[in-house]
Amino acid sequence: MLKPPLLGFAFAALAALPSAAQAPLAAEGCLGCHGPRGGGQGGIAALAGRDADELAAIMRAFRANERPGTIMGRIARGYTDAEIAAVAAHFAALR
Amino acid sequence: MTTLPRRAVLAAAGALALPAIARAQGAARLVVVGGGFGGASAASFARRRFPWLDVTLVEPQRAFVTCPYGNLVLAGERRIEQITHSYEGLRARGVRVVHDRALAVDPAARTVRLAGGDTLSYDRVILSPGIALRWGAIQGYDEAAAARMPHAWLPGDGTQTRTLRRMLEEMPDGGVVGIAIPDNPFRCPPGPYERISMIAHYLKRHKPRSKILALDAKEGFSKQPLFQDGWRALYGEMIEWVPASRDGKVTRVDPAGMVLETEFGTRHRVAVANVIPPQRAADIAAPFAAANGWVDVDPTTFEARLAPGVHVVGDANNGAPMPKSGYVANSTAKQAVASAAALLRGEAPPEPVYFNTCYSHVGQDYAISVVGVFRVGPRGIAEVPGAGGVSPRGDLPEQRRLEALHADSWYDSITRDMFA
Repeated sequence: MLKPPLLGFAFAALAALPSAAQAPLAAEGCLGCHGPRGGGQGGIAALAGRDADELAAIMRAFRANERPGTIMGRIARGYTDAEIAAVAAHFAALR
Repeated sequence: MTTLPRRAVLAAAGALALPAIARAQGAARLVVVGGGFGGASAASFARRRFPWLDVTLVEPQRAFVTCPYGNLVLAGERRIEQITHSYEGLRARGVRVVHDRALAVDPAARTVRLAGGDTLSYDRVILSPGIALRWGAIQGYDEAAAARMPHAWLPGDGTQTRTLRRMLEEMPDGGVVGIAIPDNPFRCPPGPYERISMIAHYLKRHKPRSKILALDAKEGFSKQPLFQDGWRALYGEMIEWVPASRDGKVTRVDPAGMVLETEFGTRHRVAVANVIPPQRAADIAAPFAAANGWVDVDPTTFEARLAPGVHVVGDANNGAPMPKSGYVANSTAKQAVASAAALLRGEAPPEPVYFNTCYSHVGQDYAISVVGVFRVGPRGIAEVPGAGGVSPRGDLPEQRRLEALHADSWYDSITRDMFA
């Protein structure tokens, strides 16, 4: 018989299966401007399908105030390195 | 939908006495009350992220008119149809949309009673009912008065916004538009000041001798220096803003005489009156509200302190220091759904990070913004130090132009996230 922790894991994994791309919740915060699945919207850049290293480098540059922008510097300074990596990997994996 | 072999479910449920898990694998029932920024976001996200959830959305209106961009309707820059959204996209995602009014939640029985007579059972409920206006908080300001002095702060079917727009169109050049603004907290902190801007934008082009008299119940407001810079640059002397200390607080109205009366007895007769009254959590959430009228919630799961299992998102909760904004409603709704899903599976809720971006249009090709990133710390929700903040001040036409463009894109993006 399965022990509870394993059981919990099994349930979680199964429940997660139908949507292959499980965005970290931090990435959900991007969609309000960058569009569903980060596909871009009007004058706002698309994120989906871009290189993860490039996306992470852009976010770090915004955070360091080394890249001009309207609001992204203010947002990027609220992210941790781990969140930047997870969000970049998530959008890079989308097409 | 993913299903676990039935025997395994029964064995697990029996062995561990966790019936919630068994339901989760069949179809855990999530009921969402309110189809606005919080509710539509919750319902859409729940279906997208947790397809094993059976999602019902209860919303009396057949279509949703957004508060954001309502001020551009007042300016004549948008038609109300352009800010009206149907629920068909949510239906296509598999959300059961019930057009009825939720009357009461029973947290013990886990049911929601509807005006039409039905009762919905739930495993988790998310309330995002928005605000109610405190009729009578300003003496003489009741629903009848609102027909003559529109608030245009609950969009409903758009009638209030259309009424205020028509009054502005019918006003002769040289008239005074009076705007009464409440004390904090209220829905959309920069909203009244974007409204002042957009009405000025309209008047400047069509009725340039007119004035705006903004009577405020407080001493300062969201993005104040940026708004006031813009007002001076774009509208000269058209706008007069009066803080509470200079007798700005409207305490009584006379709709027949079109008079706004302030705390110290000054009577301002105006041609058009827009009265934004004090507010509280909408009725369905009122039983869970604190004495101040707003619902205190757990900062991670957004469950009401007074009713575990009942998640309250959007403007109805006391989310301070986060503002009552559409973006916060969207962001916290996703966290509430993820928390509800985790709790249904016997897991810990995810660690939250909340976002806010509020754009305000000040004039043509001229917008400003406030941004916030929030996390949960030892004393509850707190803004991440060093992040967020408002647009820079100064003569920055390219920044203002881009923010106006991005504001439009924000509107399209977030409404697609909710309704597409």
